[in-house]
Amino acid sequence: MDAFTSHTGIGVPLRRSNVDTDQIIPAVYLKRVTRDGFEDGLFSAWRNDPTFVLNNPAYAGGSVLVAGPDFGTGSSREHAVWALQNYGFRVVISPRFADIFRGNSGKAGLLAAQVDEKVVQRLWDLLADQPGTEITVDLESRTVRAGEGVDAIEDSFDIDDYTRWRLLEGLDDIGITLSHADDISSYEATRPSWKPATMHA
Amino acid sequence: MGRTLSEKVWDEHVVRSTPGEPDLLFIDLHLIHEVTSPQAFDGLRLAGRQVRRPDLTLATEDHNVPTVDWDKPIADPVSRTQVETLRRNAEEFGVRLHPLGDIEQGIVHVVGPQLGLTQPGMTIVCGDSHTSTHGAFGAIAFGIGTSEVEHVLATQTLMQAKPKTMAVTVNGSLPAGVTAKDLVLTLIAHTGTGGGQGYIVEYRGQAIEELSMEGRMTVCNMSIEWGAKAGLIAPDQTTFDYIEGRPEAPKGADWDAAVAHWKTLVTDDDAVFDEEIVLDASTMTPFVTWGTNPGQGVPLGASVPSPDDFEDPQDKVAAEKALEYMGLEAGTPMRDVKVDTVFVGSCTNGRIEDLRLAAEIIKGRKVDPDTRLLVVPGSVRVRLQAQDEGLDVIFTEAGAEWRGAGCSMCLGMNPDTLEPGERSASTSNRNFEGRQGKGGRTHLVSIPVAAATAVRGTLSSPADLDPVGSN
Repeated sequence: MDAFTSHTGIGVPLRRSNVDTDQIIPAVYLKRVTRDGFEDGLFSAWRNDPTFVLNNPAYAGGSVLVAGPDFGTGSSREHAVWALQNYGFRVVISPRFADIFRGNSGKAGLLAAQVDEKVVQRLWDLLADQPGTEITVDLESRTVRAGEGVDAIEDSFDIDDYTRWRLLEGLDDIGITLSHADDISSYEATRPSWKPATMHA
Repeated sequence: MGRTLSEKVWDEHVVRSTPGEPDLLFIDLHLIHEVTSPQAFDGLRLAGRQVRRPDLTLATEDHNVPTVDWDKPIADPVSRTQVETLRRNAEEFGVRLHPLGDIEQGIVHVVGPQLGLTQPGMTIVCGDSHTSTHGAFGAIAFGIGTSEVEHVLATQTLMQAKPKTMAVTVNGSLPAGVTAKDLVLTLIAHTGTGGGQGYIVEYRGQAIEELSMEGRMTVCNMSIEWGAKAGLIAPDQTTFDYIEGRPEAPKGADWDAAVAHWKTLVTDDDAVFDEEIVLDASTMTPFVTWGTNPGQGVPLGASVPSPDDFEDPQDKVAAEKALEYMGLEAGTPMRDVKVDTVFVGSCTNGRIEDLRLAAEIIKGRKVDPDTRLLVVPGSVRVRLQAQDEGLDVIFTEAGAEWRGAGCSMCLGMNPDTLEPGERSASTSNRNFEGRQGKGGRTHLVSIPVAAATAVRGTLSSPADLDPVGSN
């Protein structure tokens, strides 16, 4: 995974709450066996609507999605994270993320930045008034910045310490865990014999 | 201070705990299906890694599989490739697979319990959010993404921050005709889709204790629909009776040792939950959704709400969008809502008890001529048992379609989908926009409501039906 320290890119306002994983990418798009090529499925139902924000040229090339609360609810499909990344998003900002989506983001290298609901509202207003405005998301200092002068927004975002560290270092979880293989073996030796197995010697 | 059930199960699985880091948890059972595993196996191959514990891993095919002509090659080439990829991976990495056509094939969350692999006090994961189902046995069970699937394959562990604990206490008894599904839909309407976020939830109280294992699985299945990390229920005699004698259940002295341990898996009297919700089952009624998330529900006897009924501006906007998508007018009685398709099945309501209950209501009646009733057993075993009991005849004589096992119309990855604008009453778990097919409109319902709706053609409960034979 590539390290993530700071990202600056055009903000895209998605004025919806409860954006579930079936909206992010419907099940029919989940049949690929690779990690790429999912951008076609991203918000596919909404993209038929010419007024949908991703169809607005003012936000073209956007890489920071600003969404309402409960983003990523529903399915465990990591394809939702890949679809956002494949399309070009590096960061999603929301007042609240579904657990599995947030976990998947951390593993795949998409930054899920949780901010106060008021910050989302201010970002939405700013992006509506000045489409094409860039947002800077700094993982080192955990801050979101956008706009200039009286409209300037600067606030902190939440992300758990461990995910932040892993993203900053670009570390592979499996590699970290395998460095504790002895602990796993010791644990395995203590498991009761009656625990079920799918295969029998 | 005492510990809660989930804390006990958690503590038993900690491989490594270090301040400032998530715990490293051992995983007792890893369930796999074709949709969320191919990229994980690719990752293993790329890094030259093996599956650490194939003996704690089980694969089946469920999301893509057709429910008709399952003895023929899968028609959709992309679905076929995904299923074939799972078969190749299972063979290469030595994982036990129950493929389409095998007697143990079915929805992964129906198969695990049915084989007796799901047992109290376990940690169970799967690349599927409805893994929470297995919590019904007193296990910590949750859905994971593909990166975590790869992590479990390679290490049989997961790094997890310890969630907070919540108790959902449901006092009293459910009235006749009101089911576990109504209970959990009532709960989600109360909490909203994010209410459980960050918690492992223990369902307890008289109404929960009185549920069968199937009913408990229905409740735990939908834990994810209100955002909970996992939901679980303390094991008791109902649990032990369900497991005993199943193919992978402990036998002889192992059974006694297991039960002795399982009996310790209860929340201590002096344990403290971080949060508690208390509900009264005796006031619950059949409950249905009107909107596009599982929290947008009302009693069947109520009407479609108006966006003005909501104080929170986000909820108001969400209601407006949901009503528009669902093609519903505020104030319409839910019982007047005309339904095109009724889907009985899924990991929420596709077990034998569900099919028996549906058949009991359908028996001697006819499906409304303008309505389609699709009955999809959760597994091949459920299908065969239903056939032994003659349930398939009851369904087909009423005009229903009796299908093969799989996820089917719950998420429409196979050909079982709604047409744009088509409306369903569905015993599944998600009413998201387009979930059952692009433009499809889903009302989540219980088994009795599904069966009665199939007969009347509008959202109904069995109480609305004419007596059998009265024409």
